[in-house]
Amino acid sequence: MSAPNSNYDPKQVSALDADAVAAALSAALSDIATASDLEALKAVRLAHAGDRSPLALANREIGALPPAAKAEAGKRVGEARARIRQALDDRALVLEAEAEARMLADERVDVSMVVDDLPRGARHPLTSLSEYIGDVFLSMGWEVAEGPELEAEWFNFDALNIPAEHPARGMQDTFFVAPEDSHLVLRTHTSPVQARTMLAKQPPIYVVVPGRVFRTDELDATHSPVFSQVEGLAVDEGLTMAHLQGTLLHFARAMFGEDAQVRWRPSYFPFTEPSAEFDLWYPQAKGGPRWIEWGGCGMVNPAVLRACGIDPERYTGFAFGMGLERTLMFRHGIADLRDMFEGDVRFSQQFGVEL
Amino acid sequence: MRVPRSWLADFIAIPADATIDDIADAYVRIGIEPDSVEVVGAELQGPIVVGRVQGFVEEPQSNGKTIRWCQVEVAPGEVRGIVCGARNFLEGDKVVVSLPGAVLPGGFAIAARRTYGHVSDGMICSARELGMGDDHSGIIRLVELGLDPDLGTDAIELLHLRDEVIDLDVLPDSGHCMSIRGAARELSHATGWAYRDLALEISAPEPVEGPVTGVRIEDGADHIVLRTVDGFDPATPTPMHIRRRLQLVGTRSISFAVDVTNYVMFELGQPLHAFDRSKLRGDLVVRRAAAGESLETLDHVRRTLATRDVVIADDRGPVALAGTMGGLDTEIDDASTAIVIEAAHFIPTAIGVQSRAHGLISEASKRFERGVDAAVQEAASARAVQLLVEHGGARYHGMARVDERPAPTVITMAVDAPTRLIGTHIEPARVVEALTAIGCAVVGEDPVQVTPPTWRPDLTGVAELIEEVARFTGYDAIPAVLPVARGGRGLTARQRLRRRISRSLAYGGLTEVVAYPFIGTAELDAMLLPAEDPRRDAVALRNPLSAEAPLMRTTLLATLLGAAQRNVGRGVRDLAIYELAMVTAPSGTRGPAPQPGTDRRPTDAELAAIDAALPAQPEHVAGVLVGQRLLAGPLAAGRPAGWSDAIAVAASVLDLAGMAWRTEPATLAPWHPGRAAAILVGEVVVGHAGELHPKVAEHFGLPRGAAAFELDLEPVYAAAREAVAAQPVRTFPVALQDLAFLIADAVPVATLRDAIVDALGDACESVRCFDEYRGAALPAGHRSLAFALRLRAADRTLTEGELADLRAAAVAAAEALGATLR
Repeated sequence: MSAPNSNYDPKQVSALDADAVAAALSAALSDIATASDLEALKAVRLAHAGDRSPLALANREIGALPPAAKAEAGKRVGEARARIRQALDDRALVLEAEAEARMLADERVDVSMVVDDLPRGARHPLTSLSEYIGDVFLSMGWEVAEGPELEAEWFNFDALNIPAEHPARGMQDTFFVAPEDSHLVLRTHTSPVQARTMLAKQPPIYVVVPGRVFRTDELDATHSPVFSQVEGLAVDEGLTMAHLQGTLLHFARAMFGEDAQVRWRPSYFPFTEPSAEFDLWYPQAKGGPRWIEWGGCGMVNPAVLRACGIDPERYTGFAFGMGLERTLMFRHGIADLRDMFEGDVRFSQQFGVEL
Repeated sequence: MRVPRSWLADFIAIPADATIDDIADAYVRIGIEPDSVEVVGAELQGPIVVGRVQGFVEEPQSNGKTIRWCQVEVAPGEVRGIVCGARNFLEGDKVVVSLPGAVLPGGFAIAARRTYGHVSDGMICSARELGMGDDHSGIIRLVELGLDPDLGTDAIELLHLRDEVIDLDVLPDSGHCMSIRGAARELSHATGWAYRDLALEISAPEPVEGPVTGVRIEDGADHIVLRTVDGFDPATPTPMHIRRRLQLVGTRSISFAVDVTNYVMFELGQPLHAFDRSKLRGDLVVRRAAAGESLETLDHVRRTLATRDVVIADDRGPVALAGTMGGLDTEIDDASTAIVIEAAHFIPTAIGVQSRAHGLISEASKRFERGVDAAVQEAASARAVQLLVEHGGARYHGMARVDERPAPTVITMAVDAPTRLIGTHIEPARVVEALTAIGCAVVGEDPVQVTPPTWRPDLTGVAELIEEVARFTGYDAIPAVLPVARGGRGLTARQRLRRRISRSLAYGGLTEVVAYPFIGTAELDAMLLPAEDPRRDAVALRNPLSAEAPLMRTTLLATLLGAAQRNVGRGVRDLAIYELAMVTAPSGTRGPAPQPGTDRRPTDAELAAIDAALPAQPEHVAGVLVGQRLLAGPLAAGRPAGWSDAIAVAASVLDLAGMAWRTEPATLAPWHPGRAAAILVGEVVVGHAGELHPKVAEHFGLPRGAAAFELDLEPVYAAAREAVAAQPVRTFPVALQDLAFLIADAVPVATLRDAIVDALGDACESVRCFDEYRGAALPAGHRSLAFALRLRAADRTLTEGELADLRAAAVAAAEALGATLR
């Protein structure tokens, strides 16, 4: 404790002389510069800027100076103390940054150690493709229609202009449901949904129908007793084969790019007249663009419209359909159809959740 | 339908430079798909020429054979010495000679070679050696084929040894393509090459006096022609060109009389039947079979006839299943000399039905059900008689005929109808031209009256005529115009939810599989389903692909467990799979579905009756979890998949639909009776989840602890979520409290949690059980459950006093369930 500056004491006042202040400042700046961490800087702060630091003590002496000296000494001490505070703050910022950098460096991890604890899931590409195709048509203002897989013969055959004695009834190898007189089958195509749609509402009708269908084919690399189709049906006033062609072309380009083309050749289906099969010019085909047989189509047979309660004098319609497995096979280079139905997760997992 | 080019050429002038691929392409353009194109005799190489046997010397050999050492003139003035083993020829016969350098079918190269003491400078050929069938009984005598060509003539061309065959895939409405005559006509339409209808040029020989079998029609046909011959030599060999053509279309030569009926059928499309007249009793009649009648058909099967069957009968009963197969008792045999050739126009649908019902799809029945030209019966039977008379020495006695053919249908069509349906302008003249070209008679200007040709019974309406016009003008000419759909409403709520569920499961680490819906009782047994379990009452197929899998699955797990087994068998240890698909509900209806007509819309009642006959086909989603749900790694311990994961995944599906669910203990196969839950929405059980019964896991080769779930999605879809009523977000401070209770095992944690939630009332933000503790320190049959409470009021900061009250209420609710605060 120093005594109060109750009287003039030239000796004590020596602490206020310029040399002493400069020495204290110099000592302080040196200590600040050499403080190696925030802890050391704290000690330096106490020693050079604390209440008991030389300049703090010197500052107290100012009051004892003669009035003429007060201003000069005050200025000298004040400036020195300000420089020390600034140096402390600057140094603190540097040391804090260094400390943070050190901490972050210490916390470094091996980022290649990716967390994969939840096994990756996937959807079957048939599901994804069916949704994708649905989306293309939804964007054109069509809707998605569905129907039962186990179907009445009337819907699967009769309503589609395939009466009991029609040879086309033998075309598609049908699974029949017991007992013998049940008149129920596993649908051989998605077309019964056409009939169901037309029976449920009057035109305009623009629907696309994805679904599983069944035929008594043994499973091999290119055939399956259970497979998937997508078919489209449009019924409206004034629809023509040109509209069918336009729809197929638009669909092909939405799926396979602007270079895709569609060509067709006459064919026969009982539920369409005229009928055609259509090929896709597939620009992305491995080994170069080529034509690929894609599906069947035609103008809805007036007999079908009539059976479904739609006036064939007023409305016309077109329908088309293609196999999803086949589309998937050429789109993704799948050589063997069996891979799709074995349930091996490694098949689906190649495709992820969306196509 | 196999079509040899050489036979086509009888009907159509094919330009010499047209390749078989040109012809195939022409067929494709008009919608007739060639299945294959085959070049017959491609490996044949000349010189194979016509020669004349000037003379020969027979030389017996030490091996017992006698060979002929022949001098054969193979070109004017060029005579070669050739050894021949056959002895069926005469001096002066013209024969086929392969000269050195020639190559015969099978790559057999001909060279001059020393044999039987001579240098044989070539070979005299049999039919088999030339690839013309199996006949190796002797060499070909060209006189037997009715041929007398110049010496040195190229025999490859002469005998059509090289030919090209297109196999056409004939569609069910295209009976008119099932003959050479029809295939040629179509090719002419596609190419414009001149067509000559040989059927129009045929007439039967002048009859000579003799008995003629008569005929009448009761039912089943509208036209029948019988022609009777006798004096036929049953030993007549089938001429080489007929044999050759039958071989090319894929039919074996049987006997000349039978070969003639087949030959004419392939040529003109009219199936014929030949009866041995000596085996018939009285005249013939076309009628339906009477109940109780039977017939032994040519394939030696005795068939019980149904009253739908159309038969040809004599005085004793049926002698043929019309248009399908003849009867054994009246068939032509190697002693038949009197023959009745029958050519009829049967009702197409009747033949289709009876041939399928008897499992007798024959070349004849295929043609009848697809439609035979109603005007070719006379010509076809005459053609057969011609051949029998010309080659078999038969005498023609005459014809019996019944003609009840209806007047041809006339279709009235607005002349712009094709334009309106095809979508590109087609001049009226072009419409008439197209229809005329395919044989229609077209009268009038607008509308036109169109009479289709007799060979096109498939042209029954305007749409069919428009197709012909479109084919004629070319599908390529039709522009592409995108129609504008009107008023689509996007996906239905059901479709949107299905997509969400499917994606959510996949993003949740499950992989979708797609399985066939077919199962057998073995799978249900392996699932430990008790005998009375309704899921065993599955819809059965009448014609399953496999006797082991005749049932439609009632539960997805019946096939999903098999998929899990396959994956595990292939070395997958940690597996999470799901399937979303329809099942066929058990115990439902299964027909009979009504069959209303199609000439009008069925009534709503009829439609409802059809749907009522269908078993329900609810969509299910099911999953199987095996091994680790979370994999162990350097950063975290793993966790095995178990009963709770199965419940959590199932519940996540209901969460997606915004449905409040709860669980109850359940004992249901295939689950572990103590580790499975029924999942309920309200009082409705929507599914089950939990650990598989250890035996089920074993049956499917899965490790103990494997878990599974299956949900019926129909109630989920039905409870379409209403728009969420949003609550304001509470911004006052949250108060956190943890409470632990000692409670009997019998009280489910959910019951305790729900009681606490109820007690906390509006201030309850959430209550979550975060710990379960069992230990020796606790009373037997008890556990400690710890809950974290988050409390927050809507309009103020909860005070210490309020918090104390809430805590007391929670404790009181727990105590009411027998719990004590720890």
